[in-house]
Amino acid sequence: MFGRKTKNQNLNFVQIEILPSRKTKVVALAGNPNTGKSTIFNRLTGLKQHTGNWPGKTVSRAEGEFILNDEKFLLIDLPGTYSLLSTSEDEEIARDFILFGNPDATVIVCDASALERNLNLAFQIMQITNRCLLCINLIDEAKRKGIEIDKDVLEKELGIPVIFTNARSGEGIDELKEKIYAIANRIIKPNPRKIHLRKEIQEKVDKLKPLIEKAFPGIYSSEWIALRLLEGDKKIRAAVENGNLLEMINKGLENGNGELK
Amino acid sequence: MTKKLSELRKGEKAMIVRVNLNGLTRRRLFDLGFIPGTIVSVLFESPLGDPVAYLVRDTIIALRKDESEKIEVELIN
Amino acid sequence: MNKPEIKEILEIVDSCNPKVREKIDDEFVEEIYITASRIVSRSVKKKVNGFEQFELRLDQLLTSKYFGFPLMMLLLAGVFFLTIKGANYPSKLLASMFFWLEGQLKILFNYFNSPWWLTGFLIDGVYRATAWVVSVMFPPMAIFFPIFTILEDAGYLPRVAFNLDKLFKWAGAHGKQALTMGMGFGCNAAGVVSTRIIDSPRERLIAILTNNFVPCNGRWPLIIMLASVFIAASFPASISSIVASGVVVAVTIFGIIITLLVSKILSKTLLKGEPSAFKLELPPYRKPQILRILYTSFIDRTLFVLGRAVTMAAPSGGLIWLLGNIYVNGKTLMSFGVDFLNPIGKAIGLDGAILLAYIIAIPANEIIIPTIIMIYSNQTKMIELEINQLKDLFLQNEWTVLTAVCLMLFSLLHYPCSTTTWTIYKETRSIKWTILSNLIPLAVAFIICFFVYRIGILFL
Repeated sequence: MFGRKTKNQNLNFVQIEILPSRKTKVVALAGNPNTGKSTIFNRLTGLKQHTGNWPGKTVSRAEGEFILNDEKFLLIDLPGTYSLLSTSEDEEIARDFILFGNPDATVIVCDASALERNLNLAFQIMQITNRCLLCINLIDEAKRKGIEIDKDVLEKELGIPVIFTNARSGEGIDELKEKIYAIANRIIKPNPRKIHLRKEIQEKVDKLKPLIEKAFPGIYSSEWIALRLLEGDKKIRAAVENGNLLEMINKGLENGNGELK
Repeated sequence: MTKKLSELRKGEKAMIVRVNLNGLTRRRLFDLGFIPGTIVSVLFESPLGDPVAYLVRDTIIALRKDESEKIEVELIN
Repeated sequence: MNKPEIKEILEIVDSCNPKVREKIDDEFVEEIYITASRIVSRSVKKKVNGFEQFELRLDQLLTSKYFGFPLMMLLLAGVFFLTIKGANYPSKLLASMFFWLEGQLKILFNYFNSPWWLTGFLIDGVYRATAWVVSVMFPPMAIFFPIFTILEDAGYLPRVAFNLDKLFKWAGAHGKQALTMGMGFGCNAAGVVSTRIIDSPRERLIAILTNNFVPCNGRWPLIIMLASVFIAASFPASISSIVASGVVVAVTIFGIIITLLVSKILSKTLLKGEPSAFKLELPPYRKPQILRILYTSFIDRTLFVLGRAVTMAAPSGGLIWLLGNIYVNGKTLMSFGVDFLNPIGKAIGLDGAILLAYIIAIPANEIIIPTIIMIYSNQTKMIELEINQLKDLFLQNEWTVLTAVCLMLFSLLHYPCSTTTWTIYKETRSIKWTILSNLIPLAVAFIICFFVYRIGILFL
């Protein structure tokens, strides 16, 4: 995986993480359960992972590769989650990867028929990373239900590229690939709409951000970490207190199997 | 006059006023879109009467009575 | 690490008003939803049409008070019926093909003057076990998996969880356990991995420890075969497949009842606690992608499981042959084993050969029946592969309907295969729970078979 899987726990993963040298670009695939995420994954990679129609089908992480314009991309299919705020096993895998895995692009897969609910996760991801795009899947099903979505308005409101897909037929997949390529190669620089926090909180966050970045060089999701600390996330607090926040990066990348504690 | 979500009958529609739950359960319900101001309607119940399926933000979510009785709603005609 | 920044970070965090901190996530999500619904109202138009009405009707039917459970059982029975009926002919065909090939192989071996022990080890041992596994397991799996996958893909499983939730709540377990249980029908190891969807560690452990009580595909063939050969065979041919399906459904439901009971006992003893909240999304029904299902269920499941079974069966076949042909004091090793286990086996309605087979087949449940057959045929020198002659072989070894019932129950309950056990260890990282995951089913299997046998002999 990424050509940097190692058993050496002492290795500082940040060095690898800053990664100007990372050869393969990493693309994360996130989304609610039941959005056809795995079908998108199969379409992009040509793999034939089984997809089931029940929440939580993909319980661990699947990986695959695809090539576009002679460039190899590694695609990570994250477990389907509704949010990054709750802390169940599968959500933690998704959250840790987006927080610490520093993907070059994150595809947020949505169900076109339940956009409002799906945007919850989308906004949370947009809060963490700028390099993301919205893939509105199952567009045919929505059409049958009489749902029409205005792509331009949505793009303007969200500040990230929006692509309509019907993964089953392959519709929109080429466009999706192009956009992934453009974002991963910094050709497009999305400017996602951020959620505004209460002033009191925002001030604290602004104070915490530079300190976190100083204490843990290489971390790029300092705003989210600051928020988690303020909210009282015990795991992240412990990681900060013990100074091993960066080792969570390691975990975020390697943790494919959810262990019971 | 507020009611409990669990008191609604099949087909009834209501707006969520308050969610009297804490911790992870509250978090999860919020994530699924059960937040104050949201419109919920009762779709159907399981053969044994509990849980009940609700329509919320264009999705069907089943809740046990333990949770739905802690959600206060206001009936909408 | 004692960086000054860390101290400063913690100070800032702790200086924040706790009342405000408490509400951060609430406000964050509320703000998201307010923004999201504003954006959606600007960008999404929805015309109402009849499409969802149909889905709603379907849901109301599948979860209705009167039809919900009967429909569930009917669907389950239908799946078994198609499997039993459909697998019958190809199984026979495969068996006779393999038997013919066995004869040819023997001729070939004799032609090259192969010593008897080599012919015995390779053909009577390795080859026959492999041939058995393939002809008995392959056809039912090739039918069962795709059908089950179609139900899965269409979105029926969450409805099952919805219907059964109250029972699981009674048992102190999580409603999503119905999903992980469903996964276990395919493969218990996969079922154990899928328990990750359950948040509460307590309920997840219950789901892990009880996943064994639904028969996986390695055990279906045995249950289906005994149901058809021993129970359904005494009914007229026209309805025997229906009777067999009914028996398999009954065994499955019994497994679910045991799952609930053991979950209940666990949640009152070793894993005490209150059931956690249950929130389950019932996704829209989707038309299954038939071609993809055929492909994936064939490659991912059928061939995978079959491959595993064959790799387990081949060496076990050899081992059985060795046990049956190494003599100590004029008695084969196998006879020693069988004789030793016989009193234990008899006490629970089985016999020494069956228990020995269960010990040899710990790596894979798939090879229980072939192993039993090889132990018997080693004693009685019967070498037919035909399914119809199976019953005679069993009858010669003093089987009754009660033996078949006890064996079906033992197969349903006993202990997880070694792959599943390893998976349980990987998931729990606990030797204690891994051992318990084997001991609990074993104890349940012995207790239930013992009582069924004791009560059974009063009537038969």
